[in-house]
This record gives sequence, structure tokens and C-alpha cells, in this order.
Amino acid sequence: MSISLILVITMGALFAAGVYMLLERSLTRVVLGFLLLGNAVNLLLLIMAGEAGIAPIVEEGVADDAYTDPLPQALILTAIVITFAVSAFLLALIYRSWRLANADDVSDDADDVALREGAVEMPVEETAPDAEDTEFPTDDARSRA
Amino acid sequence: MTALVPLVVLVPLLGAAVTLALGFRPQAQRIVAIVALVIELGLGIALLIAVDAGGPLAMELGGWSAPFGIVLVVDRLSAVMVLVSALVLLAVLLFSVGQGIADGDEETPVSIYNPTYLILTTGVMVAFVSGDLFNLYVGFEILLVASYVLITLGGTEARIRAGVTYVIVSLLSSLLFLASIAMVYGALGTVNLAQVAARMQDLPADVQVLLHVMLLVAFGIKAAVFPLSFWLPDSYPSAPAPVTAAFAGLLTKIGVYAIIRVETVIFPGPELNPALMVVALLTMVVGALGAVAQADIKRILSFTLVSHIGYMILGVALGTAAGTAAAIYYIAHHIVIQTTLFLAAGLVEREAGSTSITRIGGLLASAPLVAVLFFVPALNLGGIPPFSGFIGKLGLFQAAAEQGDALAYVLIGAGALVSLLTLYALVRVWNLAFWRPAGEVEGDETRLLRTVEEAPHSTTTIAATRATSRLMTVSTVLMVVVGIALTVFAGPLYGLADRAADNLDGPEQYIQIVFPQGVEP
Repeated sequence: MSISLILVITMGALFAAGVYMLLERSLTRVVLGFLLLGNAVNLLLLIMAGEAGIAPIVEEGVADDAYTDPLPQALILTAIVITFAVSAFLLALIYRSWRLANADDVSDDADDVALREGAVEMPVEETAPDAEDTEFPTDDARSRA
Repeated sequence: MTALVPLVVLVPLLGAAVTLALGFRPQAQRIVAIVALVIELGLGIALLIAVDAGGPLAMELGGWSAPFGIVLVVDRLSAVMVLVSALVLLAVLLFSVGQGIADGDEETPVSIYNPTYLILTTGVMVAFVSGDLFNLYVGFEILLVASYVLITLGGTEARIRAGVTYVIVSLLSSLLFLASIAMVYGALGTVNLAQVAARMQDLPADVQVLLHVMLLVAFGIKAAVFPLSFWLPDSYPSAPAPVTAAFAGLLTKIGVYAIIRVETVIFPGPELNPALMVVALLTMVVGALGAVAQADIKRILSFTLVSHIGYMILGVALGTAAGTAAAIYYIAHHIVIQTTLFLAAGLVEREAGSTSITRIGGLLASAPLVAVLFFVPALNLGGIPPFSGFIGKLGLFQAAAEQGDALAYVLIGAGALVSLLTLYALVRVWNLAFWRPAGEVEGDETRLLRTVEEAPHSTTTIAATRATSRLMTVSTVLMVVVGIALTVFAGPLYGLADRAADNLDGPEQYIQIVFPQGVEP
């Protein structure tokens, strides 16, 4: 299977740029990164079809390997539709996030932050028995004695 | 009987279409949704009986024969998953209907909730019956897109924040899965699962490992396997209670299901099993430690969810039929129990106005039924005999001891320790939220004051408590009963899991289902 080097390089560049953008904290860049990555994966699917050939409509007297493999194109079409719908949802989500919090970045989990800074105090369960409930000497009884 | 196979996908999909058309008639919408899921449950039972008695079913969509068309395959594993999912989805739907009636649709706006919920069901079912990698991807996307809508339902600030994390992580895992499919196609020229399995052995070992790792990472994110589990405790707790319950029960298990398929059908070899064992160990321990550190019931439960995914991965990683059988039983047990616990947490939230164990107390006195509904599945999850959690863990440990290398014994020890840690985390919830007298809670207000106070989304004050409708309680009771049934009928169910695992012993049987005449090389 021989494939076009230009396509491979383009795909690599798209993957690199996409991952870089996805790692940003700004949500707008995350969306852009997602779009780039989506296209990179579509390109990967296209590359996996192998060498380009003539349109895959069977004709008399044409060798089998002269046709382009149609299956990856069908897969790409499906993937494009899904990516399209999801990016529309993602844009709406980010717009909502911006409207609500007036911020365009991935925010930290409030509970995690609270836990990290020790703001959540765990109530300690009482383990010492009350003097009235037990026949064993308790701390109270000892201190009185 | 093959006619039943597409119906498990079509019934919820048609139900979604009808509920969408009935957008302005909430009552009719609820009835349609419930009827669709009751039919789905019936289909699940019929399929399981048919498959268990008469062997696996394969359906070629549109009459296009196997490697060219899409096949739907139902073997025992798929049938078990379809049945358990239908049951859990129905119970959660009843709970949310009850909640909607009690709230006047504030938390769960019915006009979008019901259709989206049925689409989620469709996606789940597509994933379980798919015999084709790309169709599996489409199933995942259907359920994920529905889950994006459900997790951000109502669009409040907390949900949007949690939803952004969830959506981005899920998108990344989908892209990884798609890239893996592209590479599988490039290497083998097919995406049909059976044909992929037949051709995979001929590939060079390094290419096999590459494809294997790509698929495992993509499914590992969905299954919330450590270190790919960080997103889960962040995003699940803020969604509406029934949504969290359905997600926690089902969505991660679909990832585990896909991992089982990958490990048994596509890559039956033991190359990555030690790595999976280590991952299972870390998932169990890190998840349990996370649960111990939390102070919110929903977050505690989310961390125990992550931790118990480790048990299932352990069963798969053993690479023996006994291990797979134990994993299958454990999945069924865990779907039911985790959903029940989240539903019970939903009831706690309504009774007490909060799920933070530092702020609530005295629930045993004020809501004894809720206390029982929490206590039984909590003991079950912690693995107290004779409950199904104990049976599942025992099965896993026995399978690990049979396999018998050093790592397996380390995992048995870790598994026992983690079950104790789970129990510790849950007992702490019990002691503080249920057993502790309400008067001992710091800054406690009277119940009357609490119902007056209105701060539904604030994290610092206790929100107003709300009435619980009978349907919510009934559906939770139903789930608790199902959990106990898993214990009572453990013998036949474990036998079923054994037979399901025998079907998965090597790829030949799966290939035989799809290509009875033999596969073209």
C-alpha cells in the first residue's frame, strides 16, 4: 500500500496542533483543538483507504485494484456528521458557560479545591464511651480520680 | 428469534421519536417512555431465554451478508447486559417520573428529558448488540451525545462546569476510538468484529500491541480506569439524581463491556494482561482512597464506582474463563447496586436537603425507610456476606487464586483491603448522616427553618427539603429487591455468567456466530 506523504505530514501537523490546543485552559481553543483533531482523524481514515483510484462504480474490463476503496469514505462521512453535531453542542455549552460564569476556561472542581485547602473538616466520630454507659474506667473518671 | 435483535434498538428509538412529537403533553410522554422501556425489558428477558437455550443470534442488517453489511450479534454476554440495562433504565425512569411529579418538572424538564433518555437507551443497546467496530463507535456516540444533554440538563452553573469536563474528555476518547478503528481498517481491511478477530493473528506482534493499547485507552477512558478516571467524580455528582444513577450504573460498564470484547474476541492472547492487572490494582486502591477522603455522599459513591471498576478489570485481566465469568457476574451486580445507591442518595438529598455528611444527620429517625434503602445496598457494595457483592468478590478471588501468579495474589490482597475501605467510607456515611442525632450536627437548624430556606444550588447552606413522591420510593425499593434477588438467585445467575464466559473463551465461537460457513481469510 503506497500512500501520499503530503497527506501523512498534514495529518501529523493537524494532530500536533489539535493536541496542543486541546491542552489549553481556554474553552474556545479547546473547541478549535477538537475540530483540528477531528479532521486529523478523518484524514487518517482517508489515508487508510490506500492509493487513490477511479470512482468505485463497477465497470467491465477494469482491474479490481483500480478503484478507490469506498468504505473509509463512508466512515468519514459518518464521522463528519457526528463531529458537526457535537461541535454545535460544544459551542452552545461554552456560550452558556461564558454567560453564566463570564469565564472562558475550564474551571476547577469546587469540592476538590475545598478538600485540597482543608476547608472540609471531617467530623470525628465519638469513640470514648460516656461514663454512665460503661463499667470500664473512662477518661473522665480517670481524671476525676 | 433473530427478529428480536433489531427490536432492542428500534423500540427505544421509536419511543424517542414519539415522545419528541408529544412534547407538549407530558403525561402522554411519560406513558410512552415507560411503555417503551417495559417492552425493552420484555425483549431483554425473551432474548436471554432464547440465547441461553438456542445459542447466539446474528442478524444481518438489510440482508447484506456479513463482511459487507453490518451485523448485530447477541450472545449470552450481550443478552445479560441488555436485560440488566433495560431493568435499571426502567427503574431510573420511574424514579425520574416520580421526581418530576413531585417537583412540577423543575429538575427534569420532561419535554427534553424523556426523548433524550430513550436515545441514551438506544445508544446503550446499539453498543451491546453491535458486531462491528464502527457500529460500536456509532452506538457510543449516540449514547454520549444523549448523555451530554442529560448531564447539563437545566443549564445551571454547576452542571455546565461539570458538563464541560465530561464532554471534552468523552470527545477525546471518541476521537481515540475512531483513530483506532482507522488503524484497524488500515491493517486488516475490515471493521467487522469477527473478521477482525480472524485476521488479527496474522499481524506482526508490534502492530497488534499498538492496536491493542489504542483500543484499551479509548475504552479505558469510558470505563473510568485509573489513570483515566479523574473526570468521573468531577462530573457525575452535579447532574440530577436519576441521571447520575443511570450514568453511574451503566455508562462506565459499557466501557468495561467493550474491554471484555477486545480482550476475549480480538486479542485473546496474554500479552497485556500483567499491565491490565496493575491498572486494576491502581484503580481499586486510588478509587477507594478517594472515597475515604470525600464528605459528600454522591462524591463518595462516584469514587467507589471508580474503585469497583478495578474489580471488573481484574476479572478480565486474568485471561481465564473463570475470571471472565466472575467479571460478568460482578458487572451485573455492580450496575444494579451502584444505581440503587445513587437513587437512595437522591432520596437522602430530598429528605435532608443536602448530600454532605458534615451537614446532615438524624435520618434514621426522620426517614427510616430511606435509611433501610441506603443500608442494604451499602452493605452489598462493601461485600458483606451473604450479599451479591460478597459472591462476586469471592468469585473474582477464586479465579485469581486459580490463575495463581504472584501478581494475582497481590490483587486478591488489595481487593480485600479495598472492600474494607469501601465499607469504611459507607459506614461513615451511615454513622454521620443516618445514625448521628440531628442535634449533633454543627449549625443545625430546625427542620421547619430548613424547608423555608431557599438556596437550591448553594454549597454552603442546606437547601430546602422537598417532598418525595411515592413512585420514587417504589422504584428504589424495586432496585433494592433486584439487588437482593441477585443474592438469592446467585447460583443460577453465576451459572449463566459461567456459560457466557465459556462463549468468550477464544475468538473461534464468536467468528462461528457471524460466519457459520467459515470466514474468508
